[in-house]
Amino acid sequence: MAASTPKVGVLALQGDFREHLAVLGELGAEAVPVRRPAELAEVQGLVIPGGESTVMDKLSRAFGLREPVQRAISAGLPVYGTCAGLIMLADRVLDAIDGQLTLGGLDVTVRRNAFGSQVDSFETDLPMPVLGDEPVHAVFIRAPIVEEVGAAATPIGTLADGRVVAVEQGNLLGTSFHPEVTGDYRFHDYFLQKVRAA
Amino acid sequence: MTSTNPNTGEIGSSRVKRGLAEMLKGGVIMDVVTAEQARIAEDAGAVAVMALERVPADIRAQGGVARMSDPDLIDQIISAVSIPVMAKARIGHFVEAQVLQALGVDYIDESEVLSPADYVNHIDKWEFTVPFVCGATNLGEALRRINEGAAMIRSKGEAGTGDVSEATKHIRKITSEINALKAMTKDELYVAAKELQAPYELVAEVAATGKLPVVLFTAGGVATPADAAMMMQLGADGVFVGSGIFKSGDPAKRAAAIVKATTMYDDPQTIAEVSRGLGEAMVGINVGDLPAPHRLAERGW
Repeated sequence: MAASTPKVGVLALQGDFREHLAVLGELGAEAVPVRRPAELAEVQGLVIPGGESTVMDKLSRAFGLREPVQRAISAGLPVYGTCAGLIMLADRVLDAIDGQLTLGGLDVTVRRNAFGSQVDSFETDLPMPVLGDEPVHAVFIRAPIVEEVGAAATPIGTLADGRVVAVEQGNLLGTSFHPEVTGDYRFHDYFLQKVRAA
Repeated sequence: MTSTNPNTGEIGSSRVKRGLAEMLKGGVIMDVVTAEQARIAEDAGAVAVMALERVPADIRAQGGVARMSDPDLIDQIISAVSIPVMAKARIGHFVEAQVLQALGVDYIDESEVLSPADYVNHIDKWEFTVPFVCGATNLGEALRRINEGAAMIRSKGEAGTGDVSEATKHIRKITSEINALKAMTKDELYVAAKELQAPYELVAEVAATGKLPVVLFTAGGVATPADAAMMMQLGADGVFVGSGIFKSGDPAKRAAAIVKATTMYDDPQTIAEVSRGLGEAMVGINVGDLPAPHRLAERGW
């Protein structure tokens, strides 16, 4: 059901979920933290924030969220993942730890921590045609990249050297970088359009 | 220090340095002294590990000068895990920090747990590409460290004791001083800056935003899931657990329990559930029994 003030959840197990809640709130959504299945059941869209994918995986299993989120994704819930959130949405992950699972949904192969250690973390301007002519200022923090884009997914943003850092597949959206920390709300706005249309 | 990597973009900026700490929020950073412990910590859900040769409880017990860890040990721990690895340099020891940056650690802790190398100056942290976390017992100390370039603050507590009372005192002190600033008029902030011995611009920023400009974790004496949850309820963004995990009876189980309690910090039912059957907690020392010269929190100026 689409509403003009959609209720959008942010997975709040670990990471920078408060930043996402603030951005979504400023854009006119009712933004709520999600740590339990009952909280998930009430939202019309979900953001998976930046943080540590290994920790989010463990906690989503420990608190019984893994299967409900997977079912919601299959049923078409719009979900946007940034950094660790992109890893959680990927069908395949490289450089995962033993036993690490993702939620899946995006037909992509993502490599964790693809740029090196923290001294290699960086910020840069990226062209992002789906958001208009103005480039996006993107912050990459021990960031993953999309190494392989499967048939179902579409790359929507790349680095100058062609490496894919933003993908879209139906109601799913994933970025290697963190629009929630730069004050550029266009990605969240783009995601809310999916939520309102769903 | 900001510079440009031609293949990617701008590295070492404040946003990138502070950004990693933002991603650690809601998480538990665990002290480890071997690659095996690092794997146990990662497997239990640690958001990062602190690589060191001796946990604070052993530094306390064994005495002597405590220094940066052997580079071999740090390399082993970096290769053992995929989560961020932090390591400690002595207060003011900028060459230890240069070495740690060259080793590729993800964060440097300029730490009072090690023996200070300089009793006047802290490291000029702006000179580095790698971010720093520093300890603080009050708001003025936190802002002085941020002024020197710290990208993350942890309240100090009293490391290696298993006594959470000092951690409580320091996080309460910092948050209450922030709250006091929020209520002040502009002219009062000048005096507050003088009294806090901190730069006016930072004091004014904290007064306007109601929080530190960097992430605030808490540390020093956290030993149980309830300890961690209390720190979160008191306003911490996350917790460091030092000796509390690997000096306990069942480190893997306790570590996982502390991680869960940190996420569900406001849910007593979950905290009760994860607190069951954890085995023996670290024995601990009451801070009151420590003679003042042995209190690590008093190091740093």
